[in-house]
Amino acid sequence: MIGALVFLSLVAAAGAALLRLPAARLRLQRDPVERKIDALLPQTQCGQCDYAGCRPYARAIAAGEADINQCPPGGDTTIANLAALLGREGKPLNPKHGTTTPPMLAVIDEAVCIGCTICIQACPVDAILGASKRMHTVIADECTGCELCVAPCPVDCIDMMPDPRPAQRWHWPAPEDAWS
Amino acid sequence: MSASDPLLDSAPKGGTGAFQGGVTLHPDTAAATAQPIATMPVPDELVLPLSQHAGAPAKPVVAVGDRVLRGQMIAAADGFVSAAIHAPTSGTITALEPRPVPHPGGLEGPCFVLASDGADAASETASGPRDYLHTDPALVRSWVRDAGIVGLGGAGFPASVKLTAEADQQVQTLLLNGAECDPHICCDDMLMRERAAAVVEGGRIMLHVLQIHDCVIAIEEDKPEALAAMREAVEAADDDRLKVKPVPAVYPQGGEKQLIQSLSGREVPSDGLPLDIGFVCHNVGTAAATADSVLRGEPLISRVVTVTGNGIRTPQNVLVRLGTPLHQLVAFCGGYTDKADRLIVGGSMMGIALPHDNVPVVKSTDCLVALEPENLRTAVDAMPCIRCGECAAACPASLLPQQLHWHAQSHKRSALLQHNLFDCIECGCCDVVCPSHIPLTQTFRHAKARLRLDDAQRAQADVARRRYDAREQRLAQAKVDAAARREARKAARAAQPEDPQEAVRQAVARARAKRKAKRKTSEQAASNETAAANSSTRPADSDQ
Repeated sequence: MIGALVFLSLVAAAGAALLRLPAARLRLQRDPVERKIDALLPQTQCGQCDYAGCRPYARAIAAGEADINQCPPGGDTTIANLAALLGREGKPLNPKHGTTTPPMLAVIDEAVCIGCTICIQACPVDAILGASKRMHTVIADECTGCELCVAPCPVDCIDMMPDPRPAQRWHWPAPEDAWS
Repeated sequence: MSASDPLLDSAPKGGTGAFQGGVTLHPDTAAATAQPIATMPVPDELVLPLSQHAGAPAKPVVAVGDRVLRGQMIAAADGFVSAAIHAPTSGTITALEPRPVPHPGGLEGPCFVLASDGADAASETASGPRDYLHTDPALVRSWVRDAGIVGLGGAGFPASVKLTAEADQQVQTLLLNGAECDPHICCDDMLMRERAAAVVEGGRIMLHVLQIHDCVIAIEEDKPEALAAMREAVEAADDDRLKVKPVPAVYPQGGEKQLIQSLSGREVPSDGLPLDIGFVCHNVGTAAATADSVLRGEPLISRVVTVTGNGIRTPQNVLVRLGTPLHQLVAFCGGYTDKADRLIVGGSMMGIALPHDNVPVVKSTDCLVALEPENLRTAVDAMPCIRCGECAAACPASLLPQQLHWHAQSHKRSALLQHNLFDCIECGCCDVVCPSHIPLTQTFRHAKARLRLDDAQRAQADVARRRYDAREQRLAQAKVDAAARREARKAARAAQPEDPQEAVRQAVARARAKRKAKRKTSEQAASNETAAANSSTRPADSDQ
């Protein structure tokens, strides 16, 4: 009787050890749901959702702390995609967080820039290039249009402009739009 | 479109003379082909977009205010898939600014504006005949590239790129495309009638550049004059590498994939190029332009444009300088009729409707059609799909347009890709046969654009995510480093003796050393100043 108990305990302990080892090795780096949610977010990193970027917002949605309608850059498309992923009802964008606007680019008025580097620190995607007391400029291809650099600028030399490359953005309209 | 293996023996040899699907259209070219190609005088102002071709826009090499001569390069090719632009006449560059270009969205693009001086003086680049046969093919190709030659059949793809044969790709046949299938376009027809010898010369140059020995000139059966002229020119050239082959007049016979299937029975693979099955296809106009550039040193500065449709008073083909505004071209052709309602550039089947005629002729402008209202369809005509399947029978790419239509309406990405949306050549056959008048082609153009836009946005989001993650990582690392430095300082302090007097002594010593150093530098500065003052007064003294 005791022998059997000891034997079974040993087997259980061995099994536990066997499972523990690979579990520690192969532990998932991130919550897979969080990653799937993050993949649907527009990666503007603007913080309008009240979180410090798309990843933190995804984490909050995964944890059930945030709703799915807090992302103005993503708008209705992102909300619909999130609803489909999470099996929830779609809902309109929460106006508390802002409204969906066409994509913009930050443009620095280089004649006015004093080279304070504050905007460089504010940019969530390192899309501003420059050095202390040297003129700064925005790398247009990397800019997400989050507007986070606009407010900190002490000389107000950053403006949000519509994308200056309309030919790349233009696409054939749907027949309904074109013919109405 | 199923990819057929070029090595399979089951592929029909020689071709059946037809491709899958297509529609028979009634050509409306009688009026425009009734008279020879007219030459339009050079207008006072030419507008030359930097992007007249597929690929990267050209890079300006002259400045505003410069005087340029006819044939002088004003913008150079920027990259492999790009084309140079030349001044179509002599004059002064007055601006480099955004101007409306032929674009379905009515967009503007950067353009050179050239004010003609009326002299039309040629630059020295216009040389005498060049002996291409005894020249390295790569050098001849660079002549073609420097002449800014692009596909003149409408797509505007840089010709030199399609004359570059990679070592691993077996080009066997050069196909000169004279199958002009659009019911309105006849500029190639007229060009073959009037300049057949130049087309043949161009074909021979291309054979030399590609180092191959087989050239097929394909012409639709309903162009007997062009066929006869080309046969005569080939005979005159006495070159048995060139053959003229008539092909059935079925739309879209002029599509290169369809033409290759008609001639060889082989299909170009779904995501492949004609090159993959041994073909290189050039428009006959491109061949003539190549001959002009190689033999006479004339870059691409003019082209033949068909101006036609029942909205034009005198339909005809016009040899026109690039950059000529369309409204002046229309005026040259007698102007619009009173009822003309829509202006289409690029042919009535695949062309784009223009919002206005203040855009220039560019390298890819092959045809200008003005139509009266009875030839136009409106949105109210569109009715629900009745699943008749006519579109699938007509599709030359063997697609299922009605299925694509459903999936496009519900934005089903995977289904659209599964039904090979990107094999659609936007020929408009499904539109023509659809009894419900559904604007299928535009639906597909829109669906393609949406998918491409989605891909681009996803790629951009991925870049932003990577950069955001990298920054977060860097900031976290900086925090860790700062904490480590703080700890190290603390440890260093802890290691020092706990004598409060010692710290005070050290501080006093530091202060003294600092004051001493300061005094020393100020003394030095003062002595320097007097020295400088002396040195500055000295020359003045010596002057006196």
